[in-house]
Amino acid sequence: MKFSYYPGCTLKNHAKNFEDSTLFSLAHLGLEIEELPRWNCCGTVASLAADDLIHQLAPIRNLIRVKEAETTQVVTACSMCFNTLKRANERVRANPTELAQMNDFMYDEETPYEGDVDVYHVLDLVRDKVGFKDVAAKVVNPLGGLKVANYYGCTLVRPKQVAIDDTENPVVLENLVSALGGSPVEFPLKTECCASYRTVDSPNIVADKTYQIINSARSLGAEIIAVSCPLCAFNLDQRQEATLKYHPDFIGLPIVYFSQLMAIAFGCEEKTLQFGLHHFPPKPVLTGKGLI
Amino acid sequence: MSRTPQAKSRAGNKPQAVKPVAPKTRAAKAVLQDAPKARMVTVYIMGKRHVVPEHATIMRAIEYSGQQIIRGAGCREGFCGACGTIYRLPGDYKIHSGLACTTLVQEGMSLTQIPAVPMEKAIYDIEKLSPDVDTFKRLYPVVFRCVACNTCTKSCPQGIQVMDYIQAAKRGDVASIMDISFDCVACGLCALRCPAEIVQHKVGVLGRRLFGRYLAKESKELDTRIAEVQKGAFDKEYKSLMSMPKDKLSKTYYERDIEP
Repeated sequence: MKFSYYPGCTLKNHAKNFEDSTLFSLAHLGLEIEELPRWNCCGTVASLAADDLIHQLAPIRNLIRVKEAETTQVVTACSMCFNTLKRANERVRANPTELAQMNDFMYDEETPYEGDVDVYHVLDLVRDKVGFKDVAAKVVNPLGGLKVANYYGCTLVRPKQVAIDDTENPVVLENLVSALGGSPVEFPLKTECCASYRTVDSPNIVADKTYQIINSARSLGAEIIAVSCPLCAFNLDQRQEATLKYHPDFIGLPIVYFSQLMAIAFGCEEKTLQFGLHHFPPKPVLTGKGLI
Repeated sequence: MSRTPQAKSRAGNKPQAVKPVAPKTRAAKAVLQDAPKARMVTVYIMGKRHVVPEHATIMRAIEYSGQQIIRGAGCREGFCGACGTIYRLPGDYKIHSGLACTTLVQEGMSLTQIPAVPMEKAIYDIEKLSPDVDTFKRLYPVVFRCVACNTCTKSCPQGIQVMDYIQAAKRGDVASIMDISFDCVACGLCALRCPAEIVQHKVGVLGRRLFGRYLAKESKELDTRIAEVQKGAFDKEYKSLMSMPKDKLSKTYYERDIEP
């Protein structure tokens, strides 16, 4: 079964480590995906204004590109893109009038959108199309009990109609980490907001959230935190410097994408992991466990 | 010219059954006939009604109506982008755009030229930039306001997928900006129509410059050819061209091999 792959802008730049490790892992799992030949920004944040249809154009246009690529299923790794694409999709499926209005505005498109594309997150595919049993069978470099706190943030589990798992207590990442040979660390702030775009105007808010989230994970024994969103990664990793300024007792933790843990367990080369893009170096803890 | 005679002349041009006429009479009539008149159309130039020949370009129509174009005309061949024009057609809600020099008038067309689009362009030293997304973020942060409405693409008289190269800028894909925006003539109509107030054509210029400076492959063929020129391989041919009389030169020029 072929899936169109929607990369998203950040995975082509500051989160190249996310993309490279995802593509490596999906290939290792035998999932056939093909990058869309033409795509635009997902639309990033789903607009909160009820009558703001113009902000739905970007995600819906991408779903038209999926149809043009002659598939009906699109997968993305970035959970922000996933959230934006899926929310727009669910919205137009539920509102034919809005969809008609949008198709009418997009008269420049040869293919109208009819709600006929399904949006998946990479974790959906790994859990439902591959299954954790098969994932475990494909592990060549088990994570050796690495204690991983799994951070979902908002975009994988909210709002409910696009959640890939239970909104209050998701377990997909924990199950994945177990299948890869790691030890998932349960921690209460795994679906806490990272403060998102407040990072632009009020890094102090982000610093507070990062302080709470990382402290919680660390106090429960985590050696590393796994994330699925480049903005969460930025706030939890790059903002550790600001966090230390506001909270001098702060001790950081390395932040990695779940796909990097997959790629390590599937025996990737180190260049796939692109550790140069990280602020808190994950290499010491991984080397300490003999994983790389 | 009033509306009625024009309507008559247009009607008169419709194909009609021709009665067989004796050759003699026909020749005699031909002498008396006026020269065939061009079919005329009514257009509205900046709100004022003018009747102009049907086969006129917008630029010709403006001049036919007695106005001299001071700004808004350049190469007159669709390359320089000085004559960006917007227009509407009867019964059509869409704003269309075109270059005045290459777009033909149509009946009922209501048009105005946009000779210049006010904007601020980024000033930079190309030697101090890097061909990545951070450069666009710094010099044209406005690109991140794009909501993919595609109005820029709809407004482009060159038929460029303008929104696609703005999206490429948002992810630092300089090679795609180069490929997609290559035919841009910088008329600026996209920038005027953009609801996010992006200056698309300037972003395209930056992308193409970055490509040329940092990403373009060096051409070995060019180096070889320069070496040939410097060795004098073409001196003889050049001399013969320089000493050719104008008519022969012209003939040679028009008979040259042109790449399809």
